[in-house]
Amino acid sequence: MDVSEISPWIILLAAIFTSNILLANFLGMCSFLACSRQLATAVGLGAAVVFVMTCTTAINWGIYFGLLVPWKLDFLSFIVFIAVIAAFVQFVEMFVERFSQRLYHALGIFLPLITVNCAILGAALFMVIRKYVFWQSVAFGFGAGVGWALAIILMAGLQQKLRYAKVPRPFQGVAIIMIVTGVMAMAFLGFAGMVRIQ
Amino acid sequence: MIFVSAIAFFVVLLVGLAGLLIAAERWLVNYGVCKIDINAGERSLEVDGGQTLLSALNGAEIWIPSACGGKGSCGYCKVTVLGGAGEVLPTELPYLTRREIRTGVRLACQVKVRQDLTLRIPEELLNVKLFRAAVASTRSVTYDIKEILLRLIDPAEISHRPGQYVQILAPSPDGAVSRAYSISSPVHRPEVVELIVRLVPGGIASTYLHNLREGQEVSFTGPYGEFVLSEEADTEVICVGGGCGMAPMKNIIHTLYQRWPGRSCWLFFGCRTTRDIFYLEEFRALAAEHPSFHVVYALSDPLGPGERWDGQTGFIHLSVDKHLEPAVKRQAFLCGPPPMIDAVTRVLKDKGLRDADIFYDKF
Repeated sequence: MDVSEISPWIILLAAIFTSNILLANFLGMCSFLACSRQLATAVGLGAAVVFVMTCTTAINWGIYFGLLVPWKLDFLSFIVFIAVIAAFVQFVEMFVERFSQRLYHALGIFLPLITVNCAILGAALFMVIRKYVFWQSVAFGFGAGVGWALAIILMAGLQQKLRYAKVPRPFQGVAIIMIVTGVMAMAFLGFAGMVRIQ
Repeated sequence: MIFVSAIAFFVVLLVGLAGLLIAAERWLVNYGVCKIDINAGERSLEVDGGQTLLSALNGAEIWIPSACGGKGSCGYCKVTVLGGAGEVLPTELPYLTRREIRTGVRLACQVKVRQDLTLRIPEELLNVKLFRAAVASTRSVTYDIKEILLRLIDPAEISHRPGQYVQILAPSPDGAVSRAYSISSPVHRPEVVELIVRLVPGGIASTYLHNLREGQEVSFTGPYGEFVLSEEADTEVICVGGGCGMAPMKNIIHTLYQRWPGRSCWLFFGCRTTRDIFYLEEFRALAAEHPSFHVVYALSDPLGPGERWDGQTGFIHLSVDKHLEPAVKRQAFLCGPPPMIDAVTRVLKDKGLRDADIFYDKF
């Protein structure tokens, strides 16, 4: 089956569950490990990632297939994507800060963290490798963001419970978080049979 | 050819993005001029919106203490914001107690000026200024402690109370850092600021200060500190110091005898060995001049071979306990390492001092 024939809905579902960008590809681990201590923070950061990932995948799709490919400059995609993501995040931060204080408090303060979140760049690069068309890319960006947010929110919930657990001393701190992440990744492997995208 | 076009494309893209951001900043981060009202009309400022409250206040020469330079990692720049700052940010929470959050205390470096603000700033901080000074002399008083005399250039004089401190701005690879040092020169010499600095291995500010040479320029802000010397001449003043915690006491004692030549005062100073003793001769001379001034130095380590010592031995709180009569009207100023402060505070409470009469600098 040709890639362009896959329904965006299938790609969306697959990006959330079967090839979760965090639990299957292990991208965006740093902010995942650092900001998953509290549920409220995790929800805020997750929402910010969903928004930025959806928008930057769409913008980067336009730049890649509209400018880079016709001019045979596709080898520039890495640095171009990074520059576009950084500029977009800066712009959104200024915009949100100006027009919605409440949204800024909920999302805005996490935006600088996202500038260097490798999951965002990863989503843009996957879309290129897998040769998605525009709507597939948007669905993939959105789905990957939701998948990342889902993982960090689950993790925050687990960490809040873990605070009352008796963790053996050698496993305390980051070690137990890594182990829990691994177990979560294995659990998500159970979805692998549902749909498969490449 | 492909490389030239690649470079051209990338440069155009970056310039385009930068231009877009600059335009967006002009349009979005332009909050116009905002009014800041301090202490119900005592001072009012007009500042450009969009910057942080800390930099707005610094721009108006109001020096809020800040050790990290506005990165939100020291928690010193607390001001009370009564209106116009919005909710407390998650970045501030680690530094604020629940009571502070209720009463509107915020970190000035995290609050952005977006509209008119109403602030309460302690009176003291409004008098804090930025000083430029030149090193007049440096003198080693022990093997690792230096006495550094700074002559003020601009402003030419400082008005402080004994026991207050300044924040020295020391250059570092990550920009200037500020570190607190007590003023050891007396109040009646407003044209100089003297510091007593122990060299801390790897310390940014102490290394910087120890390496200064005569004539070099230094910047600092000040004065800070809440200690108020009792104005009642019949209140006895007790100074207890340890290690290099001498600077505020030297200031207090000299200021005291300038104003009240007959006032009763005790100085207790704890050292490890004879190598650490400094200012003893000077204070003995002062005690000979003023019979109501008593000096007690104590060594905590046993004497080494060849060392001679005619003073007290043991930890300094034992000397305090031994020499002071109970139930005399007193005010105490302590300066030194935390275990010493705790031990001396216990002794002084046994002697009948109230918490409000005991001040200390723990370091």
